[in-house]
Amino acid sequence: MEAHGEDMPAKTPGHAPAAHEHVHEELGFLRKYVFSTDHKMIGIQYTVTGLMFLFFGFCLMMVMRWQLAYPGQPIPLIGALLGDSRAPGGVMLPEFYNQLGAMHGTIMVFLGVVPIGVGGFGNFVLPLQIGAADMAFPRINMASYQFFVLGGLVMLVSFFLPGGAAQSGWTSYSPLADINPGQTAWGFGMVLIITSSLLGALNFITTTIQLRAKGMSFWRFPFFVWAQFVTAFLLLLAFPPLEAAAVMQLMDRIAGTSFFLPAGLVVSGQLLPVSGGGNPLLWQHLFWFLAHPEVYVLVLPAMGIVAEVIANNTRKPLWGYAPMVYSILFLGFMSFIVWAHHMFMTGMGNAMATFFQTTTMIISIPSVVILSALFLSLWGGSIRFNTPMLFALAFLPMFGIGGLTGLPLGLASADIHLHDTYYVIAHFHYVVAPGTIFAFFAGIYYWYPKATGRRMNETLGKIHFWMSFIGMNGVFMPMFWLGLAGVSRRLYDGGASYAYAQHVLGLNTLSSWSAWFLCLGQIPFFINFFWSLRSGEAVDRNPWQATTLEWQAPSPPPHGNFDHPPVVYRGPYDYSPAGYAEDFAPQTQEA
Amino acid sequence: MEGLIPYITEPREDTGLTNGKIAIWLFLASEIMLFGAFFATYIVMRLGAVTWPRGWEAQNVPLGTLNTGVLITSSVTMVMAWASLERSDLKKFQMFAGVTVGLGFAFLCIKYVEYTSHFHEEMFPWTSTYLAVYFTMTGLHALHVISGMAVNGFFWLAGRSYWDAGERQLLINRVENAGLFWHFVDIVWIFLFPVLYLL
Amino acid sequence: MQNHPVSHPAEIDRQVRGYMVVFVALIALTAVTVGVSYLHLEVHNAVLVALAIAIFKASLVALFFMHLISERHVIFLILAFTVAFFLVLMFLPILTTLDHVHV
Repeated sequence: MEAHGEDMPAKTPGHAPAAHEHVHEELGFLRKYVFSTDHKMIGIQYTVTGLMFLFFGFCLMMVMRWQLAYPGQPIPLIGALLGDSRAPGGVMLPEFYNQLGAMHGTIMVFLGVVPIGVGGFGNFVLPLQIGAADMAFPRINMASYQFFVLGGLVMLVSFFLPGGAAQSGWTSYSPLADINPGQTAWGFGMVLIITSSLLGALNFITTTIQLRAKGMSFWRFPFFVWAQFVTAFLLLLAFPPLEAAAVMQLMDRIAGTSFFLPAGLVVSGQLLPVSGGGNPLLWQHLFWFLAHPEVYVLVLPAMGIVAEVIANNTRKPLWGYAPMVYSILFLGFMSFIVWAHHMFMTGMGNAMATFFQTTTMIISIPSVVILSALFLSLWGGSIRFNTPMLFALAFLPMFGIGGLTGLPLGLASADIHLHDTYYVIAHFHYVVAPGTIFAFFAGIYYWYPKATGRRMNETLGKIHFWMSFIGMNGVFMPMFWLGLAGVSRRLYDGGASYAYAQHVLGLNTLSSWSAWFLCLGQIPFFINFFWSLRSGEAVDRNPWQATTLEWQAPSPPPHGNFDHPPVVYRGPYDYSPAGYAEDFAPQTQEA
Repeated sequence: MEGLIPYITEPREDTGLTNGKIAIWLFLASEIMLFGAFFATYIVMRLGAVTWPRGWEAQNVPLGTLNTGVLITSSVTMVMAWASLERSDLKKFQMFAGVTVGLGFAFLCIKYVEYTSHFHEEMFPWTSTYLAVYFTMTGLHALHVISGMAVNGFFWLAGRSYWDAGERQLLINRVENAGLFWHFVDIVWIFLFPVLYLL
Repeated sequence: MQNHPVSHPAEIDRQVRGYMVVFVALIALTAVTVGVSYLHLEVHNAVLVALAIAIFKASLVALFFMHLISERHVIFLILAFTVAFFLVLMFLPILTTLDHVHV
């Protein structure tokens, strides 16, 4: 490979030189775009589908925000369309509010963020960054995407079943979830989604270990690869217990078992005709055993993306690469032994509460190391303030706020006051909304040229950024005050019927208008995304002058990715190397 | 796709592994966690129960013991099937593979007898948490036996065409990986049997 | 280089002899564990004995039938972490209930 990999600038994107001139007929439309086994196409499928689900989940929330800002008022525009079973006279029923809430969470976490972060970015970028031609198991990769779509469809269809969609929170606690409508579809949907993730996880791990290019040792991985590698282990080992729990909840609902139903349960004045003897807390343990590592599944790919964008746009190596790698490995391990900090209020005694509180405090350390290293990486850098960099920079304080506000929640005594309040909602949204989702935007703006051969428009990008930044903070910052005042989450009226909440109710209105403003802010992004496919500035292989391997391949890369299998001679962030004319040395450049 | 992905038949030098070998062990790791959740359920249910039968009160121990012997034997025949391929003896492979599938079938037959006898005595999953755990765990295990039989059955039937097409190492690797799954199914039963029948 | 000893008939024969020994051991241990159950021990003792035997049997299957004894480090590492998390799943949920607040 030439030093800069720019021997054949592709001025017309989409006509990159073919990697292998195999005797290979052009694939038909279906094989190329629908039933593809190419990791890049699958990555794009995951990203586009994930973005659609993300937007749908956002829409659910925007409807909820009407009820929270103006409880009992008919919903404008769509109120009449919802029908009497959901919103008679256009006024949202509590049951429908609960459906919106449970499905917002389920869809955002399992059908939006993970598919984009892991299925989308992981699939597209990881094989390229390690110098591989594809994933180890391309057909399993395709199957994994198909299971995701199936699971997503089941979740969507559930809105139209009798009784509606799941309405017991995304956390689906028993005994309520054992008897509430919509939960059976949720359980089947989850089994399909979990299958998708398990197949994906074993593909990612095998690929990372086995298909690295010559010279690509583990310590030369871009941080993004480490992040995806650890994430895959979290998915592999933490999801099965939730799958088991979902099966048991389905058995409780369909086969009349009592895994999670205690004896003597009375529903609507009638004793439930089950054997009893079950334990609702067992559901919580099995659910949170997954759901805590799951939050790291949500954030680790984002940290990986931010690391890549920051290194590239400071034109210097990441500060503290080794501590970051050790931290992410330690974080992955610890994530399996903190889960019951979601259960401090369930009657645990002091010993176990102390155990989980301690592990939770310890797990904040690697997060702080990683975030600090990323901050410190800015020092002395020649910072380029392009759109990906703006989103990556914003990630740092936003995730910082989210992370720091998690600390009182992780302390059992403070959690007594804060558990199940809006403070919790604010905390976790900060990490995942202006946190992870901002990182995703950074990644989209950054890798769009690689996937399409064209840049996205910078002006639209900056408008998108500022509107999103203002919108996100407007939605979630007030919620800390709401929560500290004691307003519980999942209240159908946002606290309006409680005397102690009256003085903070105005904050609901502020959050709602910020949410609708945030929605407007996504319009420049939609326009940019589609307009740039045709009319964006055409680019060659390495428009960002980046060091990592994906920028050595054509834009977009053909099937098989590289002209010849790359050979790696240096680490991932050799920016501004001493004595070089260029301010970067790609990983394939010999010493 | 052909030729794009290396290390399918030959291992990668520095890891010493083929892709399929790593993948099957990763899959088994996830299965350990899956069954682990059910064993954890058993612990929580039993320790929280007012009454819980001793294994021999609720189950037919001789039948369970027989089934244990069946699965252990099938693990031997499975590994012998692989060893036969390593010795380039296709006929022996086919014999051992067929016996393995047959033993799996025998296991399921015995399970069928046990289940129907329980149903006859009005013992259903919804009758008690002990039975909920028993039926769910043995049911899930049985599903894994069926899956293993399907995979082993496929190689039993398709072995000759792999052999004749010169894809011998591929067949050996795949049968070894299928064997790893089958041994795992045996290991689950090695724990399930005492937990449900003998305690 | 294969990661398991292969292709030499003598090697395979040696392994096969090993499989037969393991088979006999597994059957014998099954007989022992069933025999012990007829003693109708107290639950806590019964659990210890049965688990010890089961772990030993499972180890034989894993080490010899699954070739773990000659398998690569990568695999061992993955399994070690898995077993650790498996144990966490066994013990921590029930520990939270044994230590619970009596209201």
